[in-house]
Formats: sequence, C-alpha cells, structure tokens
Amino acid sequence: MLNRLTDSLNFQSEALRLRSERQRLLASNIANADTPGYQARDFDFASALRQASGVSSRADTNLAPARLNLAGTSGQHLQRDGQPGGSPMAPELGYGPRAMSSLDNNTVDMDRERANFTDNTVRYEATLRFINGQVKTLNTAITGQ
Amino acid sequence: MSMFNIFNVAGSAVSAQSQRLNVVASNLANADTVAGPDGSAYKARHVVFTTQAMGGVGAAGVGVSNITEDQTPGRRLHDPKHPQADAEGYVTYSNVNTVEEMVNMISASRSYQNNVEVMNTTKSLLLKTLQMGQGS
Repeated sequence: MLNRLTDSLNFQSEALRLRSERQRLLASNIANADTPGYQARDFDFASALRQASGVSSRADTNLAPARLNLAGTSGQHLQRDGQPGGSPMAPELGYGPRAMSSLDNNTVDMDRERANFTDNTVRYEATLRFINGQVKTLNTAITGQ
Repeated sequence: MSMFNIFNVAGSAVSAQSQRLNVVASNLANADTVAGPDGSAYKARHVVFTTQAMGGVGAAGVGVSNITEDQTPGRRLHDPKHPQADAEGYVTYSNVNTVEEMVNMISASRSYQNNVEVMNTTKSLLLKTLQMGQGS
C-alpha cells in the first residue's frame, strides 16, 4: 500500500535529479561559450529518465533489449556501468549538433543553449509543482478532513 | 546536489570574463602609447581560455590559462618633431587594434551577462526546491 504512495514520488524525484543534472550541463555549455575547442554536451532527457526509472513505454518494445545490470549478492558489488549497486544512474552524455561551426572548434550555439536552459528551468519547476501537489494530496488523505 | 555546482561553473566563467575585460581595458588605455627609450612600445595582450573540470560528470568551468602578448610590429608614424622620434624621424606606437578590442569588450560583457543570468535562474530554482512539500 505504502509502495504505491511512494512509487510515483520516486519517479518525480528521479525526474528532478535528471533535470538538475541537465541544468548543470547547460550551464557548463554557456560558461564555455568562448573557450576554444570546447564541445557542447547534452543528453536525451526522455531516454535517460526511461533508463533511470525502469519504465519502458510500449513504443520501444521492438527496439534493442534494455540494458541489463549484473546480479550482485552484496550492495558493494559493482554494476555494469562501474557504479555500486543502487547508486543513481548517470545519463549517457552526447554531443550537441553542430549548427554553425566556428574557426576555433567551439560548438556552443548560444541561442540554442539559452533556449534549452529556459526550457529546462520551466520543466524543473513543473516537476517541483507535481511533487508539491502529490504531497498535498497525501496530506489531505492522511488528515481525512 | 548537482545544482550547487552551477554556481562554481558560472562563477568561474564570470571571473574569467572579467579578467578578459580587464585585459581589454588595459589594451584600450595603452592604445596610443609610444615607444619608450628602449624602442619597444606596449604590446596588446590577449587572454587564453581553457576548460576546467569542476567535479561531477559534465560540469565544466572556465579558467584563464595564460595571457599572451601580441607580437605584431607596432604602428610607425613619421613625426620628426615628436620627442620620442628615432633617428629617421619615425615614432613607434603600440600595436593595439582599437576596433578589435571594442568587439572583444562587447563579447566579454555579453558572456558575463549570460552567466549572471544563469546564476540568478539557478538561485530561484534552488530557493523553490528548498520549499518543496511545504505548500500545503
């Protein structure tokens, strides 16, 4: 019973963690807009969340099998990605598309980064509100008034 | 908490950009300096940015790795009445390109603004995160 109550909260907290990691990546891109040779980094939020929460949508059942982790008998056994079992999964980082290549090999497109940053900010706030709403609902259910 | 790292990242960028602005200011101030008795005028300086790891996956800050001196020869003007003129009547000025420095200045100040904006946004997000679950 309590599992069901906390499961959806777990999903939202995983989403919040990934959002904050993406926020940090985008901030790094903006900070390095003038660094020669810097390659802009980003990750696909949808697939990272799917990977982190273990939720697979029906659409991708035909795709490659999900990445399986090693079975371990102790919490200290390392998993497939080299991290201890139970530690939050790090999203796979990719490189952003090259829009306008510059002479110093810097691939940061400031317009896109700013747009992504604002988008990520709004979605982070949305996730926060979802969590707040769920806590409110739980509180109402508990007090029963 | 990975969001606190953003302040380190954006803060390093802000300090690097302000150092760049500092160098631009000293270049512009010395744009019309003439050569001293040793014959060498002020040489324009340029900062070199490099990426610095800030702890955590993907957190990349900026640092100034070194400041290079522009080695192109300075402007030479024929002005025999000038007290610093050499035997042929030429005066050597510094090699600062004023237009280039102005462009550099605008670019630095825009990047500075961008990073301050990033810090403000992150601050408001973190303050809202602090109030999570208290809105009932």
